[in-house]
Amino acid sequence: MRLEGVSVGYRRGRGWVRAVRDVDLTLERGVTYGLVGESGSGKTTLAHAVLQSLPAHGRLLGGRILFRGRDLATLGPEARRREFHRRVALVPQDPLPSLNPAHRVGRQVEEALDPSGRSTPELRGRAHALLEAVGLADPERVAGAYPHQLSGGMQQRILIAMALAGEPDLLVLDEPTTNLDVTTEATILDLVRRLVHDSGTAVLYVSHSLGVVAELCDRVAVLYAGEMVEDAPATRLFTQPRHPYTQGLLDSVPRLGSTRHEVTLRPIPGRIPPATDLPAGCVFAPRCPLAVDDCREATPALEATPEGRVRCWRWPEVEAGQADPHQPAPAGRLHAPAEDAEAVLEVEHLAKRFPLRRSLVELLRGAPRRAVRAVEDVSLSVRRGHTLGLVGESGSGKSTTARSVLGLEAASAGTVRLLGDELPRRLERRPASAIRRLQMVFQSSDEALNPYRSVGSTLGRPLRRMAGVPREEAAERVARLLESVQLPRSYAEKRPAQLSGGEKQRVAIARAFAAEPEVLVFDESVSGLDVSVQAAILNLLGELQQVRGSGYLFISHDLAVVGFLADQVAVVYLGRVVETGPARSVLSPPYHPYSEALLSAVPLLAPGVERARVRLEGDVPSPVDVPGGCPFHTRCPRLVGPQCREQAPPWRHGPDGHAIACHIPLEELASVQTALFGDGGAPAVPGATSEGGDG
Amino acid sequence: MARFLLRRAGFLLLTLVFTSLLIFLITQALPGDVARILLGREASAQALAQLRAQLGLDRPLPIQYLTWLGDFVRGDWGTSFSTGQPVRELVLSRLGNSLQLAGLTLLIAVPTAVGLGVLAALYEESWIDTVISLASLSVVGLPEFITGLVLIQVFSFRLGWLPANSSIAPGTGLVAALPYLVLPALTATLVLLAYVARLTRASVLVELGRPYVRTAVLKGVPWRRVVIAHVLRNALLPTITVIAISFGWLISGLIVVENVFNYPGLGRLLTFAIARRDIPLLQAVALVAVLGFALANLVADILYAVFNPRITLR
Repeated sequence: MRLEGVSVGYRRGRGWVRAVRDVDLTLERGVTYGLVGESGSGKTTLAHAVLQSLPAHGRLLGGRILFRGRDLATLGPEARRREFHRRVALVPQDPLPSLNPAHRVGRQVEEALDPSGRSTPELRGRAHALLEAVGLADPERVAGAYPHQLSGGMQQRILIAMALAGEPDLLVLDEPTTNLDVTTEATILDLVRRLVHDSGTAVLYVSHSLGVVAELCDRVAVLYAGEMVEDAPATRLFTQPRHPYTQGLLDSVPRLGSTRHEVTLRPIPGRIPPATDLPAGCVFAPRCPLAVDDCREATPALEATPEGRVRCWRWPEVEAGQADPHQPAPAGRLHAPAEDAEAVLEVEHLAKRFPLRRSLVELLRGAPRRAVRAVEDVSLSVRRGHTLGLVGESGSGKSTTARSVLGLEAASAGTVRLLGDELPRRLERRPASAIRRLQMVFQSSDEALNPYRSVGSTLGRPLRRMAGVPREEAAERVARLLESVQLPRSYAEKRPAQLSGGEKQRVAIARAFAAEPEVLVFDESVSGLDVSVQAAILNLLGELQQVRGSGYLFISHDLAVVGFLADQVAVVYLGRVVETGPARSVLSPPYHPYSEALLSAVPLLAPGVERARVRLEGDVPSPVDVPGGCPFHTRCPRLVGPQCREQAPPWRHGPDGHAIACHIPLEELASVQTALFGDGGAPAVPGATSEGGDG
Repeated sequence: MARFLLRRAGFLLLTLVFTSLLIFLITQALPGDVARILLGREASAQALAQLRAQLGLDRPLPIQYLTWLGDFVRGDWGTSFSTGQPVRELVLSRLGNSLQLAGLTLLIAVPTAVGLGVLAALYEESWIDTVISLASLSVVGLPEFITGLVLIQVFSFRLGWLPANSSIAPGTGLVAALPYLVLPALTATLVLLAYVARLTRASVLVELGRPYVRTAVLKGVPWRRVVIAHVLRNALLPTITVIAISFGWLISGLIVVENVFNYPGLGRLLTFAIARRDIPLLQAVALVAVLGFALANLVADILYAVFNPRITLR
């Protein structure tokens, strides 16, 4: 497929808003092309244009899209269906809504083989073969299931099977792993890599995640505000970017193994301009640290470089390293918190079960009462000025732990102590002082902020009610609070709808800090943000902690982010802590086999670098029927023997508080495991799997 | 499924007991003394007392209620105060008429409304959509007695195709009754039409926008098949529920339509019972109407689950 000067726009009133402008792109057999960009970059619009599936109000405003030499605009609907849609396939972002909920999965795969909707034994056999090819072990059973009965990873495999059914010439993958767990993402990426290699098809891989693109793609194009700003072979782009924006993106991503005490992330200031209000000159100039007057007046062209293309007036200087496209780093790195700091939050043997209702028959039979064991046994300790990171897949009980600590759910067992005082399990029984001292920042600031209240009113209320600030001083304190999260004072007048995602999260953070808490709980609080914005928030959290000495309980599925921010890390699986200790110890061998698999699954920003692959088979078992013995034994790649199935694993203690719950002794683990990311200056960097959530 | 039906049957029974109590209490609270209504203003005190004793009206209310309910369950629905006929026969024959009318109405209304709704959605914001929306909305705004009278004016008086008066005699066969049913059914259809069509249009539009439609298109599935096998399969779920529930309304709620056409259905029987203070009749009609609604709801739930694999009945 060849895109020549493609511009795509959406109807806005009487005019057109150009969301994508003048993109040239050639997709060839056997080449996996990555298309990266943050939200608002136009990557989704471009993918829709490639697939000929723009919404009704969108249109190709300029240029041509040629497929196998034919201009797609000249095809009629029937020709488009036969000559285009049968030859081009999509693996979409959300697998579940992309499957028809009312049809069995097998039928949908058969339909991909024969769109007329017939069903013959021959078709059924081919469908089963396809399901096997994408790694679904029991095709008979899977084919008979409805989409909602399968896990997210299995659903995505079904979509991959359907995409491959027609042996497409072009395969478009639109963020296919964004909403999957990191372990599932790794297995899906392995599958895609293998299938692409075997079929030799042309691939367009659209993603916001630099890490995933680095893992998979041969060539990468970077999109910013609807324009291609750089295009280069992956190995080149990730080691020696030529565009300041690419450089900025790479500097925004926390690197696995680097901590806030060693580096300060360099966020890109400002925000991506909307397509309705583009700056004159270079679109990136308003945010570019290298911008000179020329950049603001004249639009740079996409220039050919030895291996790729770049749209920047000053790229030779960037490439030669003569112009450092960095903001001067904020003054001073954060110093390490005191080792002997007291514990402010202690959680011991916390459990939360959600009982299931028994039916009348079960009740009469005397069947035992069953429950969803969301949290089984979690013990944590957060010290003053320290951050404890809590990591695990969705369904591991991270969020339920947070909610139980806060009292939003009443714990079923265990104790929560704040500054030594045991807290009642229910929020409504907790004294006001305890509520003030323990605050939370949620994942979605959209839902956490009342859309009808101004920012000032949202911040003023906790100041008055909890911090006891008199009404006449409230306005001044609100302004100071806004400044502390680096927002202008004038924002007190704004409403959430007028703010960007990053600004809303700053307000949510300011709200949590308003009550001057001792401990803050962050539940995936940076997960929905673009990497350049996420970097600024992570820096902010580090600075606020330095100034205020608060303890953080930081929950995230993103190990790189946790590794960056946390002093201690606890890894949870099926509601149990399986490994805990100082961040540095948890992130280096010996690992718990589960932590090892999690770390090994994190995509690194280093194309071509080989490392140990530890992959988990299957899905997290149901928290209703938790496996006996070691709960991880059903998926453990290092299973040693019957003791794993029969006995709960012992805690094995290493130096400086590092502890692993495993039947394998630490020395043995250490001897078979290798470090899963580079040490020191090696360019091994995790990807920015930012979206996605926790169950 | 069996367990679901059992549980729902239990709920249905509870609903009926509760509403029977409500109906009983309301009829008790109606102004006027039954004995006086029956015997007239000049009746002697002795005659009144005698009639009250005969009807059991002198006993305490709970006993009266339980006696009434017990008799009702056993099939003795009492005797109409105003006509002297057994209530059960009267109500059941009218119920048969109402079912006929409701059935024919759905037969006309559902294909028309769903068809119009789908058409409007597929041609969203084109002139087809505009015409359908405009027409169905302007019809729904008119009260039934106006649309009914217009239909009579056109089809009976002008064209002479159909009878204007639908007062069929008891025991008329379905085929013989059909010409009498058409105009009332059309009138009721006009009430349902806009609602069902708008609902269908909305849910087809929602389904058309879902990613699985794009998946089907990119598989190369012909558009016709995308619409029929993928979109309609999911879009008609809410419509099924609404249709099943409106069946309950068609059985006992067509008071205006039945009166305009003089059709002997349950709705008209209800107004008759109210006008005559015919309490046994009123109670029976009300209870049958409640039963109709409850059953329609149950059927709606079952149908929804049958067509929606994401729902399991437990």
